[in-house]
Amino acid sequence: MASNAESQVAEIRNYTMNFGPQHPSAHGVLRLVLEMDGEVIRRADPHIGLLHRGTEKLAESKPFNQSIGYMDRLDYVSMMCNEHAYVLAIERLLGIVPPPRAQYVRVLFDEITRILNHLMWLGAHALDIGAMTVFLLCFKEREELMDVYEAVSGTRMHATYYRPGGVYRDLPESMPKYQPSKWRSRKEVDRLNETRSGSMLDFIEAFAARFPTCVADYETLLTDNRIWKQRTVNIGVVSPERAMQLGFSGPMLRGSGIVWDLRKKEPYEVYGRLDFDIPVGTNGDCYDRYLVRIEELRQSTRIIRQCVDWLRRNPGPVMVADRKVRAPRREEMKGDMESLIHHFKFFTEGYEVPGGETYAAVEAPKGEFGIYLVSDGANKPYRVKCRAPGFAHLAALEEMVRGHMLADVVAVIGTQDIVFGEIDR
Amino acid sequence: MAEPSSQPAEAAEAVQTPVSALARRIEAQIQGLRRLSSPPHELAYELAAEALLGTCRVLRDSPELRFEMLMDVAGVDFLHYGLDEWQTNGATRTGFSRGRQTFKPPDPDMPGRFAVVYQLLSVSRNARLRLRVRCADTREPAVDSLIEVWASANWFEREVFDLFGILFRGHPDLRRILTDYGFIGNPFRKDFPLIGNVETRYDPEKKRVVYEPVSIVPRVLAPKVIRHDNRYEPALKTPELPR
Repeated sequence: MASNAESQVAEIRNYTMNFGPQHPSAHGVLRLVLEMDGEVIRRADPHIGLLHRGTEKLAESKPFNQSIGYMDRLDYVSMMCNEHAYVLAIERLLGIVPPPRAQYVRVLFDEITRILNHLMWLGAHALDIGAMTVFLLCFKEREELMDVYEAVSGTRMHATYYRPGGVYRDLPESMPKYQPSKWRSRKEVDRLNETRSGSMLDFIEAFAARFPTCVADYETLLTDNRIWKQRTVNIGVVSPERAMQLGFSGPMLRGSGIVWDLRKKEPYEVYGRLDFDIPVGTNGDCYDRYLVRIEELRQSTRIIRQCVDWLRRNPGPVMVADRKVRAPRREEMKGDMESLIHHFKFFTEGYEVPGGETYAAVEAPKGEFGIYLVSDGANKPYRVKCRAPGFAHLAALEEMVRGHMLADVVAVIGTQDIVFGEIDR
Repeated sequence: MAEPSSQPAEAAEAVQTPVSALARRIEAQIQGLRRLSSPPHELAYELAAEALLGTCRVLRDSPELRFEMLMDVAGVDFLHYGLDEWQTNGATRTGFSRGRQTFKPPDPDMPGRFAVVYQLLSVSRNARLRLRVRCADTREPAVDSLIEVWASANWFEREVFDLFGILFRGHPDLRRILTDYGFIGNPFRKDFPLIGNVETRYDPEKKRVVYEPVSIVPRVLAPKVIRHDNRYEPALKTPELPR
């Protein structure tokens, strides 16, 4: 009997498990090689790069403006924030400052993007650890904001809306409306179009008025939920010292109790003039990071309200007047030879950025998204390096999951808000 | 149970350490730094590769500086710096000659070709700093690993090693990170073609994915042009050309 039991014990030993690259909870193409002792993680080795497209190298081969669209595709759930860092870097080298209205529009869309990103994160994170309903609720609101993206730039996701010197165009005076169809009755369409009858600012304002109730709904489902707490409290704890050592930023850093937000500490655009708070966690676990992000949803709504209010009162240009960085208008081009030549040169050769180097960082929803830009005075960047927040976070995955159970790996991947577009670049 | 405390806007010490004050503090403590020109509100230095590790320890531990975080590490290959692809042979009364010429490829063993750039951040002093180190040996570029100073250097250095082939002395786990398993070459070097060297497809006969030399021909869509714009003339003269 005894020898039989011993032989059974001897059979249990460490084994290696492949998690991903095709796993719904891997948030994309993460291949995680886990060395496990029973169900406990002993070692985790993330293999990344399955989505590596060489964005930085591609950007070196194109004029400056033609890479703005690539930036959307880095962190593809917070598109405009990536553009923002890239455009800021170019502007710093060119020494131009966009007009105030453009700065407010950028801040408005940065915060819309933050809500978009956090809704995606919340839905996916909750779904990963067992709450289906939240996902559906989040995507309902997300769709409204996608419509805003589409109305302003023409695309739902990859906007290419920010340009060096401002934004592509001013906010539209009307929102697209639903049409009655076989599946949608007139009555249903009227209800959906209720907030869409006015301008885009009206639509955004209506959203901002309604959204805090939605956040309260998500919180009702999760914040005091026993299962949610069991899955997140004391999981993936990171001390403030380690968080800094590991290069964390954004909610990952604030979740560990460090008061650091670029919007406050290095205010870019008009963040210095806006009133908002930075939520900070205390324990540095998944639950704190959840609370931080939920509060950020509310704070973003606050910023959006202030931006809408300012934008209503202050019409004006949304692009610098400098013809070296701004293409002539279509109408001018039709009647004026100089403008035609200018237009042609602008879209073939682009503009030359004076030599030098800069590092422009913005507070993207996931953390510090930075662009290190080197120019040698040509019409193409000499070197573009994207500092993706998720890269540093994923590097710390092993430290965060070691000693936890397999199911907690999913919770930690969720709390890191991983997107492979930006990590693999 | 954790309750996130909200910081009122006024309590946040939003003031960044001014660049001049930061530069004074750094230059008082560390010798051998060469200030690089950069846009206002940014501070950048170049230093010798041997001094890197010691300097970074001081930058992290000095109570006046306290650069607790390493935000980014970037490799730079200066091989094609300042070379443009647009050369007209001459101007006549009727206009400029046409034609795009690709520059003569420079010597790949050019000294000072590779550099590693570090972005540091001090949360407690609200300051940023950029350090640049040039690799002395171009054939076998190497710098010291900063992994013992900042843990975040781990993956950042792996990435630079993968893409540029720069070695980091003392790195415990210097493996490729972004490129494919079994990849050959360092794709972000300037002499590595944009379209790569191999392409991959599924071979139905061998029943596996095979690698073959690329079948497409590289071409330049928009040539790289450097124009000496009068507005930026002083700025154009300042960047530190490697040669």
